[in-house]
Amino acid sequence: MIEAQNLCKHYPGVKAVNGVSFHIPRGVCFGLLGPNGAGKTTTVEMLEGIITPSSGNILYKGEPLGQRFRNEAGIMFQHTALQEFIQVDEALRMFQNFYPNPRPLDDLVEACALEEFLTRDTRKLSGGQKQRLLLAIALINNPEVVFLDEPTTGLDPQSRRNLWSQVRRIKAENKTLVLTTHYMEEAFELCDEIIIMDHGVIIAQGNPKALLADHFDNSVITLPRDALPDQLTLNDGASIHPQGDIVEILSKDVDSTIRLLTANQIPLRQLQVRTPTLEDLFLELTGHHLRS
Amino acid sequence: MREAKANRSCLAYSSHHSVWDLTQNIMSIRRFLAALQARNLEFLRDRTALGWNLIMPVLIVMGFAFAFTTGQEELYKVGLFGETDTEQPIQAFLQTRYVEFIEIEELDKTIEKVDRHQIDLLLDLNNQRYWVNSTSPKGYLLEKVVAPYQFERVALSGSEIRYVDWVVPGVLGMNIMFSALFGVGYVIVRYRKNGVLKRLRATPLSAFEFISAQIASRLLMIVTVTTLVYLGTDLLVDFRMTGSYWLLLLILIVGALSMISVGLLVAARITSEEAANGLLNLISWPMMLLSGVWFSLEGSHPLVQNLALALPLTHMVDAARAVMIEGAGIKEVAAPLLSLCLFTLCFVTIGSKSFRWE
Repeated sequence: MIEAQNLCKHYPGVKAVNGVSFHIPRGVCFGLLGPNGAGKTTTVEMLEGIITPSSGNILYKGEPLGQRFRNEAGIMFQHTALQEFIQVDEALRMFQNFYPNPRPLDDLVEACALEEFLTRDTRKLSGGQKQRLLLAIALINNPEVVFLDEPTTGLDPQSRRNLWSQVRRIKAENKTLVLTTHYMEEAFELCDEIIIMDHGVIIAQGNPKALLADHFDNSVITLPRDALPDQLTLNDGASIHPQGDIVEILSKDVDSTIRLLTANQIPLRQLQVRTPTLEDLFLELTGHHLRS
Repeated sequence: MREAKANRSCLAYSSHHSVWDLTQNIMSIRRFLAALQARNLEFLRDRTALGWNLIMPVLIVMGFAFAFTTGQEELYKVGLFGETDTEQPIQAFLQTRYVEFIEIEELDKTIEKVDRHQIDLLLDLNNQRYWVNSTSPKGYLLEKVVAPYQFERVALSGSEIRYVDWVVPGVLGMNIMFSALFGVGYVIVRYRKNGVLKRLRATPLSAFEFISAQIASRLLMIVTVTTLVYLGTDLLVDFRMTGSYWLLLLILIVGALSMISVGLLVAARITSEEAANGLLNLISWPMMLLSGVWFSLEGSHPLVQNLALALPLTHMVDAARAVMIEGAGIKEVAAPLLSLCLFTLCFVTIGSKSFRWE
């Protein structure tokens, strides 16, 4: 569906994106992950035709981006505003008129739950409501490919869940989705395929579950830091990683590690065991945290 | 360079399709009207801006009507036509203090000014004649001063052009200038900064459709607001209108377009609202002062007069004054109208060539 070949975007003194290539197949939810400043938004805006790459090519259905792409793509930007003094329904009608075959208004209002604030001034919407309106605008032309740039950043947990369920509904309609996020759990929940970016380059690429399986054969045990003595020898295949107030123990054999902790009379009251996440993968690949 | 690249890829794609598709890609009336309506709603609902646009000019004209009911300048104005021989006794008069002597070249035009009280006395030095308006108090006094030189008297009796008659076209023009510059220039920069332009760019709406919609919306608003201001001022202050209303409307439209095109030029690529605001003020204030809105530039330094000719507002106000005060026809205002069209063509071409969405 979309082919990115060796994309670069250089600004004076900054290589925002430095040689990125990938293929987005039809019907998948494709995620671009990485911390703020990794080059996700620059990459996705090059795919959207908003930023012209310094070098490299983008093909949509085998052709350079053109009017066909504009008609068939739906975009939800990270930072965007609508004209002032415009009501939600008026904004929707304006965008409907930009496209040859727009989706009916009722359909969109229902799909994005806009009913309760349809006649409100767009400036008086809450964060979640505004994101729903911007999603509706992105879907207004019944697009084949939908771009969502950090759709849940700054939303409360409930609004985030709502947006996720809307994204799942879009996936169910067999549309191609391109999503950027710095929430690893969001990528894990929604994406079929991801690329992880850092400092303008791709550091990992593939299916989220397959990536974790490839990189990790261990589990994570967390304990409060003061629960552990300074000198503690663990069994083979286990290692200790202090993280502020807590300590993470990566272990290939959780049972024997816990037995060892018990034998050392370490209190297990606040012990947690979990499987590694994309967050851990990022840490392993880069040596630093996503949101540091 | 960037735009050129984008255009190339766009055209490369379009070549697969019919000519009709191509024209649809460049200008669709439906998309244009959608953008136009959104901008109109935005303007009409912004009550403070609308109120400012409507009420301010009426207040200004009223203020002047009351403040300057008895005339305004301390100076007497005397037009001089022909050579002054140093031996002539009239030389003594030419040394009189508190009189501004203006050397003129076109006798007929200046006679009209005497008729309208804009010049108090006109001396023809070659033929030892003078023109004076017998209803003008200043002319009456000056006549006493020139009596000893025994020039031939030619009396005129046209009614006085009050300052308010003279200032109304200026205030209307000034209001149009501010509305066009800030309503187009500032708004587009704001759209660029807050991401409205980016959002629109991701749709099939073309730059041409977007800009046309902005021009059309602002022109519509300016014509409506100016008509209302004109009517409101007319109700409160009785001012002079001797020419054709249709011609005045034409001047209004052509003038407004030239101002809007200046606004577009400013908005072409600036990304900060503060910079836009500063630049717009830098353009509008000198334009207001140098275009003869408040006071005539007659007798000012030639440099200032030439500079004024480079400002579209000068031509617009001149043409409007000619129609309202002198009842000029299309022939008399053809030159300023043509200048305004040239300004528009020039600014729109540069503005659209350098326009950036980001």
